[in-house]
Amino acid sequence: MRIRTAITSIAAAAAAVLVLGGCSADPGGSEGDTVTVVYVKTNAFTAMDTLMKTAKKEFEASHDGITVDLEPITASDDDYKTRLQLSLASPDTAPDVFYEDSFSVRSDIEAGYLLDLDDKVGAWKDWEQFDENARTAGEGADGKVYALPLGTDTRVIWYNKDVLSKAGIALPWQPESWDDILAAAAQIKKSQPDAVPFNMYAGTGTGEGTVMQSFYELLYGTGDGTGLYDDESGKWVVGSQGFVDSLTFLQTLYDEGYAVSPDKALDPNVWQSVFGDMFPKATLGATVEGSYTPSFWAEGGDFAWPEYADKMGVALFPTQDGQEPGGVSMSGGWTLAASAQTDVPDLAFEFMTTVVNKKNALWYAVNNSQIAVRKDVAADPEYLEANPFVKAVTDAVSVTHFRPANSDYPQISVAAQEATEAVITGQQSPAEAAAAYDDAVRKIAGDDGVVTG
Amino acid sequence: MTTTLAPPPDPAVPARRRAHTRVGSRATPARAVPLLPAVGLLLVFLAGPIVWAVAGSLTDRALTGVSAAKPEFVGLDNFTRLFADPVLPLSVLLTVVFVVGSAIIGQNVLGMLLAVLFRAGSRVVAGTVGVIVVTAWVLPEIVAAFVSYAFLSADGTLNGVLSLVGIQGPNWLYSLPLLAIILANTWRGTAFSMMIYRAALDDVPPEVTESAMIDGAGTWKRLRFITLPMISGTIFTNLLLTTLQTLSVFTLIWVMTKGGPGDLSSTLPVFAYSQAFSFGDIGYGNAIAIVMLALGAVFSLAYVVSLRRRGGVG
Repeated sequence: MRIRTAITSIAAAAAAVLVLGGCSADPGGSEGDTVTVVYVKTNAFTAMDTLMKTAKKEFEASHDGITVDLEPITASDDDYKTRLQLSLASPDTAPDVFYEDSFSVRSDIEAGYLLDLDDKVGAWKDWEQFDENARTAGEGADGKVYALPLGTDTRVIWYNKDVLSKAGIALPWQPESWDDILAAAAQIKKSQPDAVPFNMYAGTGTGEGTVMQSFYELLYGTGDGTGLYDDESGKWVVGSQGFVDSLTFLQTLYDEGYAVSPDKALDPNVWQSVFGDMFPKATLGATVEGSYTPSFWAEGGDFAWPEYADKMGVALFPTQDGQEPGGVSMSGGWTLAASAQTDVPDLAFEFMTTVVNKKNALWYAVNNSQIAVRKDVAADPEYLEANPFVKAVTDAVSVTHFRPANSDYPQISVAAQEATEAVITGQQSPAEAAAAYDDAVRKIAGDDGVVTG
Repeated sequence: MTTTLAPPPDPAVPARRRAHTRVGSRATPARAVPLLPAVGLLLVFLAGPIVWAVAGSLTDRALTGVSAAKPEFVGLDNFTRLFADPVLPLSVLLTVVFVVGSAIIGQNVLGMLLAVLFRAGSRVVAGTVGVIVVTAWVLPEIVAAFVSYAFLSADGTLNGVLSLVGIQGPNWLYSLPLLAIILANTWRGTAFSMMIYRAALDDVPPEVTESAMIDGAGTWKRLRFITLPMISGTIFTNLLLTTLQTLSVFTLIWVMTKGGPGDLSSTLPVFAYSQAFSFGDIGYGNAIAIVMLALGAVFSLAYVVSLRRRGGVG
């Protein structure tokens, strides 16, 4: 009897917990005078939250009786994307305005999640201030505008001047080829055996960061810079020598001990160590990271480091042998979009224009270390003097590439990450890993979705 | 004064108790009515999602892209792809090892050990240890996951303690991910087994164990030949419950290793989540969930059959 009682009471308690936990009050349903806004807010990223609060005040002041409902989500970019897509699937849960990765724009348009803004931007006088190239981030395959760009970013080499000058490397440093990087790394290793000379992310731990901040800088610097995807034929590139060469470079970095140890590389949080620990303590020579880096070191950032402006330098990532265009970078960027199911489309658009008006866009670009997408912001002295690296990272825009915003991309990206992981852990040789990648791509995109590079 | 006595109960006549049982076992429609709400709940919350999962696995529904707007029926394509996927056998193997390691061996043995020791130890010790063990179980899974991450990461507590005695610990989450998650889950779920076994052990009549002691049986023999067989029904029930609970463990593994490195700790729930939500392929994720369901059914069947053979719940 006692056993039965024990089990019964445990089961009853568990059931009660489940039922009560499931009974969450969810008012849902938007009324005609509320604009719900969803975006990311984490310890390391509070700029958007501050921006939204400012915009909310402005908007409510100018629109009597309208409430802006801010709903920040604390999650990694990947989880945020999943959560957002789930909520966009139903009109009951879809937010009116939301922070959208430019990368998801195409597939979300196909899914019918995004509101067509074409007519609205046509009537908006600020739209002509937006750089033509930057506008493409929010455009669909039909050329219509579905999202407003908030900013963009590039990737460059960040190096610690102390570490490099101690190794006798001339500053400012600008490597012209992959061999230059390896030579500098060897010099640093000789002069400071305890420091990590040149790190590049690899493996599936750092996810998209591995490919955006490391592998693609290599891949897109080989051959003619086609990279993963041939735009003209609309097919994924397989069998390219550049892919193998890029993997070989990573393998060399890790085998020679120029990068962090493989098990550290596979920790998703390694970037925190890079920004918070290794650069400030001068135990890392250089790494490839985004133009948003100063936002971590600036006052109020997660890893505030007052001397960063004097101690750090940036350099463009070189192409393999220094061939045209001489540098490589990758760009991402986030946008603001509205739900196709919103019942307040005009209010939603007006709110979005408040968020990206000149004053707010300037504040955001300066405080989140973004590259400006508005011409008036890009010319503003406050933007140009935000940190000493603004010019260098903005120059990288001229050699930058974008990821193919194709629905197969996420899986292809993982296949590439797995290839890097296999070579740095020694599980496969670069040729084997490249062959495995080719097989994976064929499986994902089909045999007629590939072209040999 | 009458000398009539009540006639002794005739063994041929069914006793009162059995008459009740016979009457109660007749299943008429009227008797089934009170069951309707319960059956309704079961259908909605248990059968409903299963039917939805099966239906979903036959489509190419996705979180985004064209298949989000217009999911199409693709028949068994997802399953064909799943059974050709090299990650599936790995995932099933990892799940089985995880369940056997942390539930069947880990939590049960540890729970039994603690339950037996508590009976022998002092009240104070039993009370304190009991509270600590139960706290681990009662913690929200995400907190338990972070605690385990902090304990087992490369510069975590375990390696800190090991370095005090001069041992350079490995990066548990990278080199030995399966062991790490088994340890974490064992730590987390032992309380449940411990409480069940404590209650069960209380039920064992002391006379039987005492007579065994008089007959010269040592502690181990007593445990093995008297106590354990007497609570075998409870052991099986507990095994069933912990197995099913452990099959669905997700948050713990996701926070600790995210299924990595690569796929080396991707049990079926982790595999299903990363396919359904990280890649947005809901149809495929549903197919994996069906496989998980099948695995759970296999385990349950095994237990129920063994239970029947041993003569029912204790």
